[in-house]
Amino acid sequence: MANVFTSIGDWVNERAPGMAPMYRAHMTEYYAPKNFNLWYYFGSLALLVLINQIVTGIFLTMNYNPSAAGAFNSVEYIMRDVEWGWLIRYMHSTGASLFFVVVFLHMFRGIMYGSYKKPRELVWLLGMLIFLVLMAEAFMGYVLPWGNMSFWGAKVIISLFGTIPYIGDTLVEWIMGDFLPADATLNRFFALHVIALPIVLLLLVVLHIAALHEVGSNNPDGVEIKKGPKGNRWDALKPADGIPFHPYYTVKDLVGVGFFLMIAAFIIFFAPTFGGWFLEHDNFIPANNLATPSHIKPVWYFTPFYAIVRMIPSFLGSAVWGVLAMFGAIAVLFALPWFDRGKVKSIRYRGTGFKVGLGLFVLSFFALGAVGAGITAEVIPVWFGDVDVTFWENLFGRVMTLVYFGFFAFLWAYTYFGWEKTKPVPERVTTHD
Amino acid sequence: MANEVVDHGRRRFLTATTAVVGGVGIVAAAVPFIKSWEPSARARAAGAPVTQSLAKIESGQMLTVSWRSLPVFVLNRSKAQLATLPMVDSRLVDPKSDGASADQQPKYAQNEARSIKPEWLVVIGICTHLGCVPDFVPEIKPEPFDPEWKGGFYCPCHKSRYDLAGRVFQGVPAPKNLPVPPYHFVDDNTIQIGVDPKEAV
Repeated sequence: MANVFTSIGDWVNERAPGMAPMYRAHMTEYYAPKNFNLWYYFGSLALLVLINQIVTGIFLTMNYNPSAAGAFNSVEYIMRDVEWGWLIRYMHSTGASLFFVVVFLHMFRGIMYGSYKKPRELVWLLGMLIFLVLMAEAFMGYVLPWGNMSFWGAKVIISLFGTIPYIGDTLVEWIMGDFLPADATLNRFFALHVIALPIVLLLLVVLHIAALHEVGSNNPDGVEIKKGPKGNRWDALKPADGIPFHPYYTVKDLVGVGFFLMIAAFIIFFAPTFGGWFLEHDNFIPANNLATPSHIKPVWYFTPFYAIVRMIPSFLGSAVWGVLAMFGAIAVLFALPWFDRGKVKSIRYRGTGFKVGLGLFVLSFFALGAVGAGITAEVIPVWFGDVDVTFWENLFGRVMTLVYFGFFAFLWAYTYFGWEKTKPVPERVTTHD
Repeated sequence: MANEVVDHGRRRFLTATTAVVGGVGIVAAAVPFIKSWEPSARARAAGAPVTQSLAKIESGQMLTVSWRSLPVFVLNRSKAQLATLPMVDSRLVDPKSDGASADQQPKYAQNEARSIKPEWLVVIGICTHLGCVPDFVPEIKPEPFDPEWKGGFYCPCHKSRYDLAGRVFQGVPAPKNLPVPPYHFVDDNTIQIGVDPKEAV
């Protein structure tokens, strides 16, 4: 048997001699720092969820009917009548939320260890593009079941473009293909969700990994293993602090996959709506263009950005400012490598100001999420009694919006004027033998 | 031929003109695809006027009528409700509808009550912020969102507030008053939404 495989291998190799070296360059001879910790699971987990979304998505399209008249019923058909349809759909809907969980953690890891800094700016930018496409993909996916929250979510998000002066109204009609979200809207979102955006997403993921492998992975110490001593067990010329991605990190990632699948399975089997956080209750009601759900809010992963829209009042007769602020909240993340002028990468060796700033940034993200999800509106009367809820919610949300943007302004000033007192960065990763 | 000196200027010119012509072709080819996203002929044809009888709408009651798939609020305002309108003027963005909201109603509805007949309010129930349908909250009593509430419309999406003439309050995300659609009274108890009164045309 071995001879058969060898001869097939030789046959391919003769005709495509570049493939084996490419496999080695990205797997068995890609040397990643040996000190990866728990935070380094989330990149591979994001890839796992992406594959889950593609596979379950393909199977959902086999029974889904992309029309305003049939969409809601076809989703119920999948849930009730299609053999194992409920599982496939819950894997897809839970996967969407878990995608954002792992992507947020993956991004936080990057900020914490300075993985966006030179020479990895391109890796960060491609990752941010993935995040942007992922948000569009998730939004359009949420419209497809054509529940009442799908409909009103689509209405609100598309109306964001209506606040742009002069062209706004025309642009909204162009996006919807009607005067309200309708058949035309649902159909084009379906096309974008299942064909156009997944292709873009896959391409960006390939570029993200290719860009990473050009410069090499960062690590929790933020030291460049390529600049450290050379020579390891496998190659005398490769970094001493690197180990081959395969099998070392593939095996490590499998442990993460196992743990992640346990959590995912628990959610899928026992709490697929996650108490209204992953699938909102109002989306189990068919779309109704004459009645807004009483508490319209996006799914949890959009709530921080949604809160920013809500917190900015209209000014000069236009509501465009809130929308600009929301897109600005994503734009500043794109520009993070240029806000941060500090040379030290990892939080382990950075100044107290960075640690406090990052802590406040995370706090503001959660706080804005709570505002966007309507938690503050419920909690304020319970905690503080008979007060003007809108006033206090707006005050809290606006302060948190300032903290969110303030992190970037502070980070620039902190590093540009040299206020940061860093600790000495070690020559090699701290866990080398 | 092959031995002639290469004319680089000519080669650059040909490359540039080919690129430009090709670019124009790509732009032209994109037009049909972009235009295909506009509302189709069928969607545009669905915008016919709607006739609604007012006979069964009691004083203080509101009916939602679907016109071009948009919810149109038809509210029969009581004397007490009409009396609240001047009381909130100082808290509104544009109480006379002649500033930011000048184009939010036809000329014949540009008045304090924003209507043809004072008691009958006809507005499109689409929040001018991001297009949700505001709730009708008619009672004059303190509300969690406004301790001095005099009745009006409250948007659950982003908490914009409007008074009983669809005029937007200050300090909320919505920039403009609720739009008044073209409408006219066919007779005392019937309105037609989508068509201006004859004298206004």
